Amino acid sequence: MTLTKRMFVQMAGAAALAGAFAAPAAAFEPTKPVDFVIMAGAGGGADQIARFLQSVAEKKDLTSRPLVPNNKGGGSGAEALIALKGTSDPDHTILVTLNSFFTTPLRQENLGIDIQTFTPVAMMGVDPFVLWVHKDSGITTFEDWLAKVKEGGYIMGGTGKGQEDSLVITFLEQNYDLDIKYIPYKGGGAVAKDLAGQQIMASVNNPAEAKGFYASGDVVPLVAFSDERLAAFPDVPTVKELGKDFSYYNQRAVVGAPGMSDEAAAYYQELFKTIYDTQEWQDYMTSESLSPLWMGPDEQKAYWNTQVERHKELLAAMGE
Amino acid sequence: MEILGLLTDGVLVSLMPINIILILIGVTLGLFIGAMPGLGSVNGVAILLPITFLVPPGSAIIFLAAIYYGAMYGGAISSITLGIPGASTAVATTFDGRPLALSGRASLALVTAAIASFIGGTVSNVLFTIFAPLLATVALAFGPPEIFALMLLAFATFVGLGGDDIPKTILSICLGLVFAAVGFDEISGAPRLVFFDITGFLHGINFLVLAIGVYGIGEMIWTIESTRGEITTTEARMSLKGIITDSKEGMRRGWKGTAIGSFLGFFVGILPAAGATPGSLMSYGVAKLMAKNPKEFGKGHPGGVAAPEAANNSASTGAMLPMLTLGIPGSPTTAILLGGMVIWGLTPGPRLFTDQPEFVWGLIGSFYISNIFALIVNLAFIPLFIWMLRMPFTVLAPLIFVLSVVGGYAATQDMHDVWLMLGFGFGAFFLRKLDYPLAPAVLAIVLGPIAEPTLRQSLLLSSGDATIFFTRPIAGPITIIAIILILLPLFKLIAGKMRRAGTTQA
Repeated sequence: MTLTKRMFVQMAGAAALAGAFAAPAAAFEPTKPVDFVIMAGAGGGADQIARFLQSVAEKKDLTSRPLVPNNKGGGSGAEALIALKGTSDPDHTILVTLNSFFTTPLRQENLGIDIQTFTPVAMMGVDPFVLWVHKDSGITTFEDWLAKVKEGGYIMGGTGKGQEDSLVITFLEQNYDLDIKYIPYKGGGAVAKDLAGQQIMASVNNPAEAKGFYASGDVVPLVAFSDERLAAFPDVPTVKELGKDFSYYNQRAVVGAPGMSDEAAAYYQELFKTIYDTQEWQDYMTSESLSPLWMGPDEQKAYWNTQVERHKELLAAMGE
Repeated sequence: MEILGLLTDGVLVSLMPINIILILIGVTLGLFIGAMPGLGSVNGVAILLPITFLVPPGSAIIFLAAIYYGAMYGGAISSITLGIPGASTAVATTFDGRPLALSGRASLALVTAAIASFIGGTVSNVLFTIFAPLLATVALAFGPPEIFALMLLAFATFVGLGGDDIPKTILSICLGLVFAAVGFDEISGAPRLVFFDITGFLHGINFLVLAIGVYGIGEMIWTIESTRGEITTTEARMSLKGIITDSKEGMRRGWKGTAIGSFLGFFVGILPAAGATPGSLMSYGVAKLMAKNPKEFGKGHPGGVAAPEAANNSASTGAMLPMLTLGIPGSPTTAILLGGMVIWGLTPGPRLFTDQPEFVWGLIGSFYISNIFALIVNLAFIPLFIWMLRMPFTVLAPLIFVLSVVGGYAATQDMHDVWLMLGFGFGAFFLRKLDYPLAPAVLAIVLGPIAEPTLRQSLLLSSGDATIFFTRPIAGPITIIAIILILLPLFKLIAGKMRRAGTTQA
């Protein structure tokens, strides 16, 4: 009985919210389920975020048709980008992105993807990177770590070559004159597991990926690649404090398919702004150590340009 | 003793009226989702995830776990009755389930599958309850070289089997490995084997497309050809007495397969890279290898139904272990459950057992209850499935065709895959005419995407030195057993020749 009552209250609340939201919205409303493409496999950071966003939309009944998550992680997200470019229904196709949105078109020019043709929807936040080691290594500071790596034979794991993790590790190698053996993995979760199992010696996981093993004390954070210290790790210095002007984040943004109508774009922009402002999303950003970075559509397009240039440099430094 | 108390609390939680209702709905839904080709537990859990926001987190995960469980039971149904794998986890069930059904023993196959599933589920629940935290460390000890060694062992069980033509088996494996390599290379991100620049190949060849093509379409063409247009029906009867005699026979001939599947399935399930599909295929291979007369496998042996069915249920519980204790999904379905837990505000990982004991033990308790309900619901529906089988083949064939097309499309929602599936169906028909075993190709397309990256990661770790597979304490023994199994037929051949040479000289 209590359940049905609560369900009723929830539904009534949701309906009221939906009504309040629908009134000022633009003329466009989805007329069929929205293809919510994720440019990564199930279970990774991007996937978790996509499912969280979907759940908030569902819980608060923000959309007239459901967002249906659709994992297309193949080829560092190339599969997803091709799917969006070729979609027959751009008004019902949106994409959750990470930095492979910038790197994959640069590394695979033959795909013919121009990200400037995509439709900006929302920048939901950025995910910082942190350097982690296993507690049994006995290393507690970045200086100790540098000394250890210089002894040689050091092995680190990360996501695929040319993706975010490998760019951060290349930065470390080139700026501190290190020689690190890099093992590519399918996703950040697998990297975190193999660091906890000491198959590899260090990683540059996002805080969300390493959180469980950090809580259990298996892994130790040494340095953060963020602009300021992270609230969740107040004692961990940033690489900037240690003297190198470098920071690197993974973008957690939603974009629309190329050729999306202005009305549809306005609808999704408003939808994700509403989700961004919910208590749920704000709490999620805090618990997963995401940094807030809200941007409007024009700012996003400018941001894409600077990120493409930045990644060109990073990839060139890597010799890709 | 402490565990027993916690478990009792957990069982009591899942016996609350709301949870009991959710379990009942969950296993029934799961049964049908699993039985629908192309729809597996992954789709079921993903589709129903949003509904769970209406109930408390504990009940929500119990509901999703019940669907997961039900789907493992349900997958066997279409594998046996129609010869189309209902879910990826039930592919190995077609190997012996379908021949049994064709010889009029569908009820034996279905009953054996249900009981083996129940035993597999129960064994894994007990292992899970007692050893959960300990086994998490085992999962961590498996790095890339260990996983690769295990994959090698899986291939070895299929090559090293007596009976089948070895060169043809190896060719079939190679064919599967080539199909597995299509699409983007995971490690470098470069596209491979994109034939004629068709974009459909970019997402790779989904293994269900191959499995449904081979077993659904290929089998249908085979039956049409062998019956030469005559209208046939499969003889299938069903009675309560029949169920009892069938379960006796199923267990008498399938107990070994059930035991192998229960333990091996659980073990493969807890390794984050693997999951229930490799677990069931490997269990089938090992059960065949250990059988008194391996030649009976593939022609309709209850052990060949029991092993993969016990394994996929066992593995589905096993796959929950790395998810709950390490926060790493052991299978695609648990990846979605993991997402759900984050949404409900729970943090899976090493601290979950201490921080949220009520949630964890409620879930474990629900495994036991779901397992019992799934068995009862499944047995209750068997007469319906048997009745379906009694339709003439002229009615059944279009049904198989439609379900195969839907199943091929559902996996990726791309028409390209439907054409590909039809192509595989015709290809399989001709290969079968030429006596090529097709199960190894299906095995290869499942294990290839696990074996290839781990082989490359291992060789990167060792700077190209292949001895890494022999010198590590866990990988070493597994690799050696695998190599012995691969070479076994060769030894037998040489030994046989020498003996013959000896007798002619004397």
